[in-house]
Amino acid sequence: MCATSRKVTTAMKIRTLKRHINESFKSLGRNGWMTFASVSAVTVSLVLVGLFLMVMFNLNKIAGDIESDVEVRVYLDQSITQAQQDALQQDLKQIKNVQSVRFQSKKEGLNSLMESLGNDKKSFADLQKENPLPNAFILKTKKPEQTIAVAREVKNLPNVTDVRYGKGTVEKLFHFIRIARNVGVVLIIGLLFTSVFLIANTIKLTIVARRREIEIMKLVGATNAFVRWPYFIEGLVMGILGSVIPVILVMVVYRFAYYSLGGNLQQMFIKLIPYHIMTTNLSLLLVGIGALIGVWGSLSSVRKFLKV
Amino acid sequence: MEDVILMENVWKAYPNGVMALNGIDLSVKQGEFVYIVGPSGAGKSTFIKMIFRELKPTRGKIFINNKNIANLRERQVPYFRRKIGVVFQDFRLLPKLTVYENVAFALEVIEEHPRQIKRRVMEVLDLVGLKHKMRSFPDQLSGGEQQRVSIARSICNRPPVLIADEPTGNLDPETSWQIMDVFKRINEQGTTIVMATHNRDIVNKIRHRVLALEGGMIVRDQQEGDYGYED
Repeated sequence: MCATSRKVTTAMKIRTLKRHINESFKSLGRNGWMTFASVSAVTVSLVLVGLFLMVMFNLNKIAGDIESDVEVRVYLDQSITQAQQDALQQDLKQIKNVQSVRFQSKKEGLNSLMESLGNDKKSFADLQKENPLPNAFILKTKKPEQTIAVAREVKNLPNVTDVRYGKGTVEKLFHFIRIARNVGVVLIIGLLFTSVFLIANTIKLTIVARRREIEIMKLVGATNAFVRWPYFIEGLVMGILGSVIPVILVMVVYRFAYYSLGGNLQQMFIKLIPYHIMTTNLSLLLVGIGALIGVWGSLSSVRKFLKV
Repeated sequence: MEDVILMENVWKAYPNGVMALNGIDLSVKQGEFVYIVGPSGAGKSTFIKMIFRELKPTRGKIFINNKNIANLRERQVPYFRRKIGVVFQDFRLLPKLTVYENVAFALEVIEEHPRQIKRRVMEVLDLVGLKHKMRSFPDQLSGGEQQRVSIARSICNRPPVLIADEPTGNLDPETSWQIMDVFKRINEQGTTIVMATHNRDIVNKIRHRVLALEGGMIVRDQQEGDYGYED
């Protein structure tokens, strides 16, 4: 008997793999136009996914940078005594979600204000004689989104004249990111499903054309895995082919964005994700998504045909 | 002699409620040649499909080579099929492959070694008398030749059992005799053959065991039997 044992089939032989690869490329060629259509669909989806992710990753990073800068400033009553001030500091530390409490004297406050406004120190020279700024505590919360709640609580403590935090900006940025994220995710999922569907359809065509072949294969004892392999490879190849243009595009676009636009943004204290980190990760991600779409599409359409 | 096929109280009901087989009990020994006869709708096709596990019985046990295939798991089916050869009325050859490739295909998809494949394909093509046509395509062959290719394919894995469903159904009488001659040679090598047929002449002239099915039951089981009923 020359019946093949089970062990041999689980570890696929190289010549079998060659056969599968051969079969899948033959079929890709035979269904040239459908292949082209599916690959194009994947390309379009991945271009959009790529551009969207490029923006989202940067927005997230910028938001993260700003977030970690978010602090609550607690301005103190000018007439506060040292004992009251110490007590207040203790109280602040007790508040839930407060990570650190730092004292900033009026002088320090003025210095940092002057620094942040640039070289124009002369106009502040007068102020230095009669500093209008109050002493302050600077709080950092454990998580940026806790600032609002903490600020609210602090406001009610004695000897506190005012509480400030990056009110509007932080909230608006978070809000914007959340909306952009949701809209983008819905859009992208829609696109990805379309690509999966198109690939599934292409593979289905090739399967219908080879239905007889599958039938005979099953009849003479080919395993499902054996039947499935060429289609698996076909889907994989289509998915990966579809990710080529998006990857190139992302590299080109981000090169422009990072080196031309990035400079301007830098002056606004906004730092983009470094070019190489961004393009490497995003490229891998796009190829991965492409491969996933392809394999998913192909396997979903093979399944039905295996019941012979 | 061992039972190659053993059926115990096999029932088959189709989802639409039709009872195709009603309690079949049967034993076929190694090396036997069995005709399955009966009018259309008697359950012949269902019976045949049961043996190579295209269908599962609703009730009962089917032992092929002492293994109950009624409860065979789905993933074991391919390994079981390698021990059963099947021949159909419509040949089921791949039109874009040559004679040689059609036969080799069956061995390739079960990942047989290429050297083995070559040797075995030549062997079986020789057996069915088509070695000289190995480079032809199916549409260049006569019906009888195509069926011989399909027989060659079915036995290339040396199955102990060969199932044939109306193998001469599409062939003229003379060609049918040639096919029967091939079956005879295969049977002489020890392969058990189960053949469903409507061909009265063949059954009456080449005498073998006859199982007559009617209404999903075995109504006659006769050694050296005849066709026995009017179509």
